[in-house]
Amino acid sequence: MQAYIIRRLLALVPTLFLASVIVFVTVRLIPGDIIDMMLSQNDVSASKLSRDQLVEALGLHRPMWNQYLRWAGAILLHGDFGRSLWQNEPVSDYLLARLPVTFELGIMSLAVALVVAIPIGMYSAIRQDTSGDYVARSFSILMLSVPSFWIGTMVMVFPSIWWGWSPEVKFVAFSADPLQSLKQMLIPAVILGTALSAVTMRMTRTMMLEVLRQDYIRTAWAKGLSERLVVLRHALRNALIPVVTLIGLYAPLLIGGAVILEQIFVIPGMGLLLLDAVNQRDYPIITGVFLVLGVSITLINLAVDLSYGLLDPKVRYR
Amino acid sequence: MHSEPGVLGPATRTACVRSFLQRLFREKPLGAACGVVFVLFLLVGICAQWIAPFGMNEINPINRLKPPSWQFPFGTDNLGRDMFSRCLHGAQLSVIIGISAASLATLISVLIGIVSGYLGGKIDLFVQRFVDAWMSFPDLVILIVVVSVVGPGMPQIIVTLGMLLGIAGSRIIRSAVLSVREHMYVHAAQSIGASTVRILWRHILPNVLPPVIVLFTTRVGAVILAESGLSFLGLGVPPPAPTWGGMLSGTGRTFMFQGPWLALAPGLCLTIVVYATNMFGDALRDLLDPRMRGSR
Repeated sequence: MQAYIIRRLLALVPTLFLASVIVFVTVRLIPGDIIDMMLSQNDVSASKLSRDQLVEALGLHRPMWNQYLRWAGAILLHGDFGRSLWQNEPVSDYLLARLPVTFELGIMSLAVALVVAIPIGMYSAIRQDTSGDYVARSFSILMLSVPSFWIGTMVMVFPSIWWGWSPEVKFVAFSADPLQSLKQMLIPAVILGTALSAVTMRMTRTMMLEVLRQDYIRTAWAKGLSERLVVLRHALRNALIPVVTLIGLYAPLLIGGAVILEQIFVIPGMGLLLLDAVNQRDYPIITGVFLVLGVSITLINLAVDLSYGLLDPKVRYR
Repeated sequence: MHSEPGVLGPATRTACVRSFLQRLFREKPLGAACGVVFVLFLLVGICAQWIAPFGMNEINPINRLKPPSWQFPFGTDNLGRDMFSRCLHGAQLSVIIGISAASLATLISVLIGIVSGYLGGKIDLFVQRFVDAWMSFPDLVILIVVVSVVGPGMPQIIVTLGMLLGIAGSRIIRSAVLSVREHMYVHAAQSIGASTVRILWRHILPNVLPPVIVLFTTRVGAVILAESGLSFLGLGVPPPAPTWGGMLSGTGRTFMFQGPWLALAPGLCLTIVVYATNMFGDALRDLLDPRMRGSR
């Protein structure tokens, strides 16, 4: 187990290195001149930066490998992501303020997804190939196909027309008022969660079907246990272990979905930070958000992989 | 795996397609119906300019914000543009972006998947680490970052989406290649000294075709959804192009409270098309590639 953890941590190094290269290359190497983009924004004239000063500030006059090493080195050694081009504040301050907000939304959505998906998936499996199963499966694909920004838009528009009610868009931080904060994130979390529940539902169903054919389930039936006990105690607990891996699979979907919903419901998380930075062409922020999201997802996946062994004693780490 | 590579004549191939369609309609009625919707969507997209009663940006100030009626089935927007015609033209944009980006994505997936899966060894290891790193970024975030550098526009979106989904999808092709690689006919070809390129082209590729077809179909849906999300954020095809995502955002948004039908039509079009594509892809997968059943 320990050897496995060490090996996984070592394998993390190349992945993180490649991820940082992807981030760096995407922002710096793609055709299209960052400087021209920034100069075409009108705020540049206000900030009185000339082209040369901008090149100097971004360090673009140095060779590419040198730029990468400086950039990666500053982050690794000092946690320094550079400064925002317009506000001149450290990017790390923004990231620290915004990351928990997106995590809160993500965790709530995940909870919603599991609460919706597991009972339906379970039902679908024990009533396999009935009309109920068919409806549940079609419904799950439907949820996968409805764009969350459309639902979000309708939630903003229709209740306000019919009942004069609209979701609260004045943001409350979790640390300031936990209940109010959770309440406010409930609607986007439900929208994001139901979309994701489709995948969990299918996974729960597949796993349940597999487990229900096992010998120990037949034994449980044979010794006369009630359906309730067989399904809940013997089948479900074994079927749910692989579902945990989905959490790792979800991480990119949760964060990607959060970007759009944060925009609709004006939640100041990483998504809104990214979009604002894109609109202002604030490249240090864009690079920082990009990197932090990628690294978070890699770490979440690692945590999921490691916890797998704790949940399932049958798993042997090689 | 019902066909030997390179031995089917044109006549057998037609018969094969016909019997496949029969199976599709008999065994997967819902999937087949969704396939029909998918084909309809393609036709509407191709013929949009001839079907649509109005031009996509035909402004008619007298008819602004008209609710749905016989003349304007989906109502009109704040500039008096017919929403029905705009949705039809939106279908055209979705078809163009969906088909070209999905083709590019499939091509990239096949190239990476076949090379990485067949050659194995160090190349495979390196490529897979790269794919790992790539997949740890949310699609939408990569898209936003890339568009922030290259600027919004149709060609950029097609290329970015194609690369994005192509790299992610290579895993599916790779795993199919890994199982095909061990078949007797591949070993036979290797032992008579066939070149790697020939083996890949004549033996591996034809036998991973079923997952490739399924991958393409599901990618069309994914591309359309991603493009609409990007357009919704104002980073897709710039207005006044009538993209379905774009119609739900921007100036249209402020008028939705007066004309709620503005919020309905584009979203419905999107949902129906993506749902049909996904269901069709699912049915194809069940028929063509039973090993992938239930995985997604």
